[in-house]
Amino acid sequence: MRVRVDGEKCQGHNRCFSLAPELFDVDDLGYSHESNGGIVPPALEEKARLAVANCPERAIGLAEDEPSKE
Amino acid sequence: MATEPVNDWATDYDIFDPQYVKDPFPIWDELRENCPVAHSGRWGGSWMPTSYEDIFNIARDVQHFSSRNVLVAPAGPPPDEAGAEAAAFQVGAPPITSDPPVHTWARRLLLPPFSTKAIARWEPETRELCRSLIAGFIGNGRADAAADYAQQIPPRVIASMLGISKDMANTFTDWVRGFLEFGLTNADIRGEAARAILGFLRERIEERREQPGDNLISYLLESQVDGRPVPEPHVLGTCFLLLVAGIDTTWSSIGSALWHLAQHPEDRARLVNEPELVPVAVEELLRAYSPVTMARVVAEDVEYAGCKMSAGDRVLMSFPAANRDPGKFPDADKVIIDRAENPHIAFGAGIHRCAGSNLARMEMRVSIEEWLARIPEYRLEDPDAVTWAGGQVRGPRSMPVVFP
Repeated sequence: MRVRVDGEKCQGHNRCFSLAPELFDVDDLGYSHESNGGIVPPALEEKARLAVANCPERAIGLAEDEPSKE
Repeated sequence: MATEPVNDWATDYDIFDPQYVKDPFPIWDELRENCPVAHSGRWGGSWMPTSYEDIFNIARDVQHFSSRNVLVAPAGPPPDEAGAEAAAFQVGAPPITSDPPVHTWARRLLLPPFSTKAIARWEPETRELCRSLIAGFIGNGRADAAADYAQQIPPRVIASMLGISKDMANTFTDWVRGFLEFGLTNADIRGEAARAILGFLRERIEERREQPGDNLISYLLESQVDGRPVPEPHVLGTCFLLLVAGIDTTWSSIGSALWHLAQHPEDRARLVNEPELVPVAVEELLRAYSPVTMARVVAEDVEYAGCKMSAGDRVLMSFPAANRDPGKFPDADKVIIDRAENPHIAFGAGIHRCAGSNLARMEMRVSIEEWLARIPEYRLEDPDAVTWAGGQVRGPRSMPVVFP
C-alpha cells in the first residue's frame, strides 16, 4: 500500500502528521508530504486509512500496490 | 441585546437571537432538512448554508467568495469616523481578510511560527500557566471554569509569543470582546476596541524597531517579501489578527470542552484512564462545539445551490453547523469521545484554514490534561447559570463548577 499527499489540496491541517507521524512529515509551513516514498508497511495500513479519512481537504490518496511485472 | 423574535429561521434567521446563541443545533438540523441555504435580511443581510458539503465547497471557492470582510455582522467605520480612524479600519487583518495574490505571500509569512513543531516550544509554558491557574482556585472547591480558567489561557500565551507583558492579558480580553462580541452589533464599541488595539500595537511595533527581540513582532519586522521589508500597515494588520483571532476562539473551545466533560462522567473517566486519547477527544470536541463562524463576500454574481447570489452579498460560513451534519458524520449530535473518522472543518477549509490551529490544539490538549489531572471529578454548579456568547464565536462565558 502507498499513500500520497496532493500538495495542491493540502492546507496544512496536520491531521495526518499527528495521526501517523511514521507515514507523513510536514515542512516549515506545516504542509504535509508522505515519507519513505509513500510506502506503507502492513502494520501501518490502518493508520494510513485513518489519515485519509481525517483529512478535511481530501488531499491524501491511497493505492494498493500493483503486482510487480518484473 | 434586544432582537425581534424569529418566526421563520429559513428566511429571517438571527444569529444573535438568544435561542440561537444558547442552542443552535436544532435550528441547523431543521434548516439542513428544509432549506439548506437560508437567507435573512437581518444585520446587513446574509446567506447561511448549513450542510457540510456546501460550506466546504464555498470555503474553497475563493474566486466567487472573497474574504475581504469576514465579520458576521457588517464591519466598517462608524458613519462619523474619518481620517486616521477610518484608515485603521481598512488596515484589515491579513491574511484572514486577504484574497490571492496578497493572501499567498501573507500566509507564507505567517505560517512558520505557527507550525506544529514551532508551537511545541510554547507547551511547557502553557502547562505551567494551567497549573498555576488551577492552584489558585482548587482549594475553594469551586471555580468559574470559563472566566477563571479557559479565558485566562490564550491571552497569556499569545502575549508571550508577541513579546508583550502578560499583565495585559485581561485588557486584551476586554478589547477582543469589544471587537468580536459586544462590538459586532454596535459600531461604537467595535470602533473603540479597534482603536485601542491598533494604538497599543503601533507602540509595541515602534519599540521592537528600536529593540528587536525573539518574538513575533520582531519576526514580522525582520521578514522580507520580494527582497523588501513587509510594509508597516501589513505588520500592524497581522499583529491585529494575531491578537484578535486567538483569544476568544480558543478560550471558547476550552470552555465548551470543560462544559461537555462536566456533564459526562463517562467521557471524563475515559480521558483520565487513557490520557493518550486526549488528542482524539480534542478533535471530537472541536467538531461538536466548533466556536467560529466566518463570513465571505460574494465577489461576482453566482448561482449556488439554486440561490442567486449577487456581488456584495454576504455568506455566513457556519463551520459549527457543517460539523453537525448527519450526512457527513454518523451520530453527528453525539459526542463520541474516541470518534476515529473525523474530518471536521472547525478551523475552516481551503486556503484560509486557521493559521493558529496548531496553537489552539496545543492549548486545548494541555488545558484539558492539566484540568483532569487535578480535577477529575467536577460538575456544573447550576446548568442554567451557564452563559453563552455567540454570533462570530460561540462558547461559555460564565460556567460555575464545583468539585470535591
